[in-house]
Amino acid sequence: MRRPFGFLGAAVLVLAALRLPLGGEAATGFASHPVLLAATLAALALFALAPFAPLRHSLGLPVGFAGVILTCAVTLRLLVDPGVAGTAGTGFWALVLAGWLAAALVVTGMAALKLRNETLRRANDLAIPLLFGGFLFYLWEVTVRGFGVPSVLVPSPSATAVRFAASLPTLGEDFVQTFVRGVLIGYAIGCGAGFVVAIVAHRFTFLGRGLLPIGNFVSALPIVGIAPIMVMWFGFDWPSKVAVVAIITFFPMLVNTLAGLAAAGPIERDLMRSYGASPAQTLVKLNLPAAMPFIFNALKINSTLALIGAIVAEFFGTPTRGIGFRISIEVARMSLDMVWAEIALAAIAGMAFYGIVALAERATTFWHPSYRT
Amino acid sequence: MTSSAYLTGRALHAPAPRRFRWPRWIADRAPVLTIVLVLIVVWYVAAILMNMTLVRGAFERNDTAYSLMDLIAGTLDAERPLVAAPHQVVLTFIDLVFDYPPDSPRSLLYHSWVTLSATFVGFVLGTAFGILLAVLIVHVRVLEKSLLPWIICSQMVPILAVAPIIIVVLGAIGLRGLLPKSLISAYLCFFPVAIGMVKGLSSPDPIQLDLMRTWSATPLQVLWKLRLPASVPYLFASLKVAITISLVGAIVAELPTGAQAGLGARLLAGSYYGQTLQIWAALLAAALLAAILVGITGWAERWAVRRMGMKP
Repeated sequence: MRRPFGFLGAAVLVLAALRLPLGGEAATGFASHPVLLAATLAALALFALAPFAPLRHSLGLPVGFAGVILTCAVTLRLLVDPGVAGTAGTGFWALVLAGWLAAALVVTGMAALKLRNETLRRANDLAIPLLFGGFLFYLWEVTVRGFGVPSVLVPSPSATAVRFAASLPTLGEDFVQTFVRGVLIGYAIGCGAGFVVAIVAHRFTFLGRGLLPIGNFVSALPIVGIAPIMVMWFGFDWPSKVAVVAIITFFPMLVNTLAGLAAAGPIERDLMRSYGASPAQTLVKLNLPAAMPFIFNALKINSTLALIGAIVAEFFGTPTRGIGFRISIEVARMSLDMVWAEIALAAIAGMAFYGIVALAERATTFWHPSYRT
Repeated sequence: MTSSAYLTGRALHAPAPRRFRWPRWIADRAPVLTIVLVLIVVWYVAAILMNMTLVRGAFERNDTAYSLMDLIAGTLDAERPLVAAPHQVVLTFIDLVFDYPPDSPRSLLYHSWVTLSATFVGFVLGTAFGILLAVLIVHVRVLEKSLLPWIICSQMVPILAVAPIIIVVLGAIGLRGLLPKSLISAYLCFFPVAIGMVKGLSSPDPIQLDLMRTWSATPLQVLWKLRLPASVPYLFASLKVAITISLVGAIVAELPTGAQAGLGARLLAGSYYGQTLQIWAALLAAALLAAILVGITGWAERWAVRRMGMKP
């Protein structure tokens, strides 16, 4: 019962926006923008209609969503006006607020939906965070440009995107240096070594009982600190980054794989014994499959650790490329849009890496209880 | 890992026990001690081998005659070794900790304290924020679907990339020194707390929640008397992770910011001026700090659990 009042509140805010000043003295208002005026009136109508039956049950959300899109488009177009950008007035912010309120109601409504269809439910669960995040970016953009925050402090997402698109070659070079060379190679070496040592330690109990406490302890240490020593040993270029990443990823892999190899229950192990299975057979057919969730847990932890390790290592010396190098240089030159473009690159790389590992986990451990629905 | 993992299989075929048995406290620690011993030996061998060319070069430059023993002694006592021998690290550490007053910029105690204070502030901020987020997520259903995925995404952004920005932006509005570093620590450590507390706060059984309903408890009472107590084990498990990564955050935050003091600044300075022993000593200090912090958290956990009467 709250939703009708909410959407009506958004409608009232839009109405107020039509009366209040949009910007500073140079701003012209809606009079000179007939298209924007029409769009605003349409949004007003949509917000006013959304709560009412028979729209409420079937079409309330789409109608409200259309209103949100319209308000967002109108505010973004208004910011092009030099009289609004930097000196946005109360009318402008009332419009933003109306969009915000309506968007919150739409997302809440979507979260409360009870969908029977499996595909639709998945799509809904994916759409909710995307809408939420998209609106956060919109708020960031509007706030930065509406208040005229200097771009040396916080650049707007659009400025970052423009910069990102304009400096693709540089970003590509940094990506190859930091991610493809440093992270991926180091990740493969570290995880592979941790895995092999864990299997050996599982086979020889004495080694396992000695390594597990040490591995647990070392996992809690700030290992990134070895970066300067690795730079000293392996030089400025990517081998030193590989070494740092390999060492950082080794211990989580070791500890998790050891725990996973011991995860098979006593009954299953007894069964393997009664089959007369050799240790190798027990390992391949029982222990490794049982350890898969643990191993993927380590792979996921390591995917973020590896990126951090590679960037940290670049602060201790690097050739003139790489994400960490570029960030420290561009911060010193106060060109923050380039820094944000590098951050976006690192974030996209990190999320894609994590996502690929998570997908691989789904493909290989689909049998695990946590994925059954 | 449970000991039962090692009771089946090979242990069954072990020879009959001899008459003499090591006391329990030695037998339990024997594997760890053996491996630590092996690691130290490997470390010494590596130090001798890797510093060899360095020391030989020095001898030959000075045209002094040298035997193999001189060479080995030289590798273990080099001033700027490639690999510092364990005793050198310990001696440098003791020297830097005890031979300078605690407020001298050469003292490791001073630098440890700078890093530790940022760690603490970041830990408190991050934990408070994480608990707050978890309480909100548990109570407002839409946040679980919309906010939680972004919290998880936030940890895939390499924080170090953002650290210089945080420093610059906060510096522009007049905040310097401790707080920017702490914010980076807080950013790293709010995540395990938030995730663990969401699990912990939703851990009470439906039966228990129903019971609270029959008593017509308000949401605040349910939170205070049921959800929070039920989440304590989860909280401490998260805090142990949070305190270590808070320390990592504080150290790492000192790197891109050109900090003058702190363990991270020591690492950076040691790296610039080739002061190998200083790097190793700072690493040892960081490791000790981490061990102490985790130990304190574990102790607090046992205390809290005992006070709540959950386990003996």
